[in-house]
Amino acid sequence: MTAVFLGIPTAPRGVGHLRGDESFPDAARNSLQNGQLRANLGHATSTIRGKRAAVVGEVADWAELREAGRAIKAATMARLDEHLIALEEQVTARGGTVHWARDANEANAIVTRLVQATGTDEVVKVKSMATQEIGLNEALEAAGIAAHETDLAELIVQLGEDKPSHILVPAIHKNRAEIREIFLRTMPGVDPELTDEPRHLAMAARAHLRERFLRARVAISGANFAVAETGTLAVVESEGNGRMCLTLPQTLITVMGIEKVVPTWRDLEVFLQLLPRSSTGERMNPYTSLWAGVTPGDGPQEFHLVLVDNGRTAVLADEVGREALHCIRCSACLNVCPVYERAGGHAYGSVYPGPIGAVLSPQLTGVQDNASLPYASSLCGACYDVCPVAIDIPSILVHLRAEHVEAQTRTTPEAVAFRALSKAMSSPRLWRLAQRAAGLGRFLARGRPTLPAALPPPASKWTRTRDLPTPPAETFTQAWAREHGG
Amino acid sequence: MTAREDILGRIRTALGPDRRVPAEISRDYRLTDDRSPDDLLDVLTDRLEDYKATVVRCGPADVAPTMARALRTALGEHAPADVVVAPGVPAAWRPDGAVEDDGRPAVDLAAYAAAVAGVSVAIAETGTLVLDGSALSGRRALSLLPDCLVCVVEAHQVVSGVPEGLARLDPTAPLTMISGPSATSDIELQRVEGVHGPRTLVVVLVA
Repeated sequence: MTAVFLGIPTAPRGVGHLRGDESFPDAARNSLQNGQLRANLGHATSTIRGKRAAVVGEVADWAELREAGRAIKAATMARLDEHLIALEEQVTARGGTVHWARDANEANAIVTRLVQATGTDEVVKVKSMATQEIGLNEALEAAGIAAHETDLAELIVQLGEDKPSHILVPAIHKNRAEIREIFLRTMPGVDPELTDEPRHLAMAARAHLRERFLRARVAISGANFAVAETGTLAVVESEGNGRMCLTLPQTLITVMGIEKVVPTWRDLEVFLQLLPRSSTGERMNPYTSLWAGVTPGDGPQEFHLVLVDNGRTAVLADEVGREALHCIRCSACLNVCPVYERAGGHAYGSVYPGPIGAVLSPQLTGVQDNASLPYASSLCGACYDVCPVAIDIPSILVHLRAEHVEAQTRTTPEAVAFRALSKAMSSPRLWRLAQRAAGLGRFLARGRPTLPAALPPPASKWTRTRDLPTPPAETFTQAWAREHGG
Repeated sequence: MTAREDILGRIRTALGPDRRVPAEISRDYRLTDDRSPDDLLDVLTDRLEDYKATVVRCGPADVAPTMARALRTALGEHAPADVVVAPGVPAAWRPDGAVEDDGRPAVDLAAYAAAVAGVSVAIAETGTLVLDGSALSGRRALSLLPDCLVCVVEAHQVVSGVPEGLARLDPTAPLTMISGPSATSDIELQRVEGVHGPRTLVVVLVA
C-alpha cells in the first residue's frame, strides 16, 4: 500500500531542504573532483569510525540494546496516534502548548507567529534537523527575524553561507584551516592572531556567542526524544549551546518530527546508551537536557511544542519503508558508507545525506522527486551493521528502486535489456546461445580482466560506472559437462 | 478539519485497519550490575577523568577543605564571593565566603567564577552526573553559566548504569545529565573540551 494510493501527501515542493538541484550522480561527479573535500571527509570519517568501534566494543550487551531499540521504535510506530495524543496531554498538563503542523509551510508559519508574538526580531537556535528540513531560518528571515545558529558546526556553515553536509557535524567537509579563514572573515571583533588549533577556534565561537545567549528572549530547538507518558522532552548535545538556549530565554519553541515520540520514560534507558556511542563515539555526550513543560523559577516560562508531519505519515504508509522513521539521527551510517565518504553530503541534495538520507528523503518527498537517491549505494550493508536501531537500509533501498522502476511510464534501454535477459534466463536454449555470444566479449577485452569502459551509447551509460568482467573461456555448465560427462 | 485531526487521520490511514502491534519489548540488556560499590567509585572516577574532569576524594568531614583546595587549583587565587552555591548545599560543604544563589535573574550568574552543586544520581559506567533542579542541585542556569562547576557526589548516589540511574529520577523535573566539561567534536571530529558550558568540571567524591 503506498501513500499516493491512500491519498497521504508527501513533503511539499518549494519549501525546505529535502530536494537537490541536480541528481546524485551529477552532484557526486562534481564533488569527487574536489580533492580537499575528499581528504577532509576521509580524515574525519576514519577518526569517528575508530572511536565508535572502540566504545561500542566495550558494551557487552550491545546486541540486546540494539534489538530493544528496534523493537521500541516498531512498537511506537504501530500506535503513533495514541502516543502523540498522550504526549500532547502531558505537555499541556505541565504548562506547555502543543501545535500541529501538516507540513513545512504550516510549521514555519506557526513558529514565525509565535516569535512575532513575543515582540523580538532575533532568536537563538539549537542544532535541529527538523528545522533545517523545513527551511525555518529562511522563513524567519523573510519575516524579518534573525535566527542565530549556536552549534559550532552550524555556526561555521551559517557564517560561511554554506550548506550542511552531515547530520551530526554539518561542517565535516571543512578542515581547521578553512574554518579559521571563515571565522577571520566573518566574526566581528575576532582576534586576528586566531590559529587553526581546534581549541582556539572553539574559544572564538564561545566569545562570539556568549553575549547573544545572555540577551536572547526566544530560543528554538529540535528534540531527540519526547516521552509520551510523562511529556518529557530530551535534547542531547555536547557544547552547552543547547543548555544555554533551553535555559536562559523566556520563551522556548521546540520543533519536532512526529516520529520522535517514545512511549515510556524507561525507553530512554535504551536510547541514551545507543545514541552517544553511535554518534560521537563517546560513552555519554557531555550534556543531555530533559524537561517537561514549564518549571516555575527555572528556565523558560513559556514553552511551545510544534509537531511536524511533512511527509512522515506518507513514509508510515509503506510497510517496508516505514522503518526509516526509526532513525535516531546518530549518523553512524554516514561515517561507514563508502559512497558518502567519497561523494560527501552535499551530493545527496537533502539535509539527510548518506545511507539513511537515501531511504528517508525519497520517501518524504515521493520517490519521483529524489529518484536517483535509492541508487546512491553499492548495497554493501555496512550501514545496517552499525545502525543502533537495526534499520535494514539496503532492503529499503532495493524496495525503493523497485518502486521507482514500476513508476516509469517510458521504456528505457536498460528495461529493454533486462527484459531480454529475463527471457534468455528462462530458456536453457536461449541462455546457452547468449553465453556463446557473451564469449565474444573476450575479443574486446584482449586479455584484460575487465571489458573496456568506453562501449558505444547507450551501453556506455552502464559501463561508465561499472566494471564488466571479461567472460571466462569456459562457462560453468561447459566445465561441468566436461568433467562429469554431462 | 484541524491540522491535528488531519495528521491523526493520516496516521490511522497509513497504519490501516488491522495494525500489527508487536509483542512486549524484550529488555534482555543489563539492568543491574554486581560490581561492589567501591569498584563503581573507581569506574566513575576513571570515566570522569577520561572526559578531562578533575576528581578528588575525601571523607564526609573533609568536604569543605577539599573543595577549597580544588577551587584554588582550578581558579587560582580568587575572592571567596566569586563562588556561588545552590541553596540546598549543606553548610558543611560550603567554601568560606561563598554566596548562595538567591534567585536573581539567571544571566547574572555569569558573573561568578565557580558554582557548587550537589547531584541527584551519578552513573559510573558513563561518567554521568545528573542534576535535578532541586535545592541541592540548584536551578539549571547555576550549573551552566560560571566557567567552573564543582559537583559533590556521595557514594550512595552512585549507580552502575543508565537504566539504574534513570529509575531513580523524576521524569517531570528539569534534569541535566553532565558527562565531563562542555566539549565539541565539530572540527575534524576531534574532541576538544570547553565550549559554552563550564570549561572546568571538578567532582568531589565523598566516600
